Amino acid sequence: MPTVKFTRALRRFFPTLQDTPAEACTLTQVLDEMDEHYPGVKTYLLDEQGRLRRHVNIFVDGNMIVDRDTLGDALHEGSEVYIIQALSGG
Amino acid sequence: MKPTLLLGTRKGLVAYRYSNGHWQLENTSFEGVPVSIAYADPRNGTWWAALDHGHWGVKLHRSTDRGANWEEVAAPAYPEGATVKDGAPAATRYIWAISHGGRAHASRLWLGTDPGGLFVSEDGGNSFQLVESLWNHPSRPAGWFGGGRDQPGIHSIVVDPRNEDHLYVGVSCAGVFESIDAGKTWMPRNNGLRADFLPDPASEYGHDPHILVAATSNPDVMWQQNHCGIFCSIDAGENWTEMSEQDGPARFGFAIAVAEDNPGQAWVAPADSDAIRVAINGALCISRTDDGGKTWKQLRNGLPQQGCFDIVYRHALATSGDAVAFGTTTGNLFVSPDRGENWQVINNYLPMLHSVQFAD
Repeated sequence: MPTVKFTRALRRFFPTLQDTPAEACTLTQVLDEMDEHYPGVKTYLLDEQGRLRRHVNIFVDGNMIVDRDTLGDALHEGSEVYIIQALSGG
Repeated sequence: MKPTLLLGTRKGLVAYRYSNGHWQLENTSFEGVPVSIAYADPRNGTWWAALDHGHWGVKLHRSTDRGANWEEVAAPAYPEGATVKDGAPAATRYIWAISHGGRAHASRLWLGTDPGGLFVSEDGGNSFQLVESLWNHPSRPAGWFGGGRDQPGIHSIVVDPRNEDHLYVGVSCAGVFESIDAGKTWMPRNNGLRADFLPDPASEYGHDPHILVAATSNPDVMWQQNHCGIFCSIDAGENWTEMSEQDGPARFGFAIAVAEDNPGQAWVAPADSDAIRVAINGALCISRTDDGGKTWKQLRNGLPQQGCFDIVYRHALATSGDAVAFGTTTGNLFVSPDRGENWQVINNYLPMLHSVQFAD
């Protein structure tokens, strides 16, 4: 069962965010599940075409995902999915 | 004069309220978040904030209690299959215009976006749909392109108060489009404009109207501060005539505002030039015409006249009654109580200002 961990920056918009276990076995389904727990969170991570937003990164078991357009990177039982923001400033 | 100034800034929404002879800070919301447009709907007082999160995308929020509480609503989303010029899927990158749809259509709202989509809501902003007729206009593939931004954007929406199914949009870069059927069909209205940056400056498309407005007291009189000068139309956009100064500052800029009671009185905020986007000679100036653009008067009393780099973005100059207000790229907010003759500073320490609106 994968676990999803979120950057603290998202708590400004989703105050109840916490490490959350997922049932699904694909990244797309995991994010759908997270959107059920935290309605709207998916629109903060993906654009309306399902692509990962440019300044958002997802790491699976320590590796940054490769497929930012369709989120086809593999998950495993027990995977840790980290959702973080890219650093940018100004 | 309406007693509220609603500001969209690079670091949040700010509202000032005029009380006891002073402009006083009333509200700050979304601290730290770029607000591309702050908009008060004059029909019902609802405040709208279009957010441009660096990380989390474009978001849309509304408040029915003057910013005390905000509700996020679904941001405009391009449908599956919509593509931009290079064939990549289209996604909302910026909300660049918000307009109510008229008093006869109490639940209608229009949004203009980068990469070039116009959206409409018929349910008070609970949901927005892409206006496919404009998105699929035959001119878009070859005649629309980015100006300042990577993709084309709709920054101006003008609804005719006499017939609220009659509207115009301004697109950079494409030009002006008119619809007389609530957005079902569109006609270009660029006759007389000049696009000096194109091989054919009189091209039907590809123009860069930085901002398009209509006079409240006679909506057939329209003005635009274009990339290539100041243009006025007295026939509802059928024909445009350049009204720039030949030897004065009123020429290049982004913003224009028209007096509520006089279609021939307008203000612009001159910048040096396309190539040098700062105040002219380090001095801030607003120019006003009282005669439909034949002549322009420089208004400088109370504005910094040395060491100044400020310019004024397209939505950041507004008028209400005798008052005129503008906010600058370096975070200065000025108000004039007398049509620009005298200016007072409201705040020198704001973030970069994207929008300024007078509201109830």
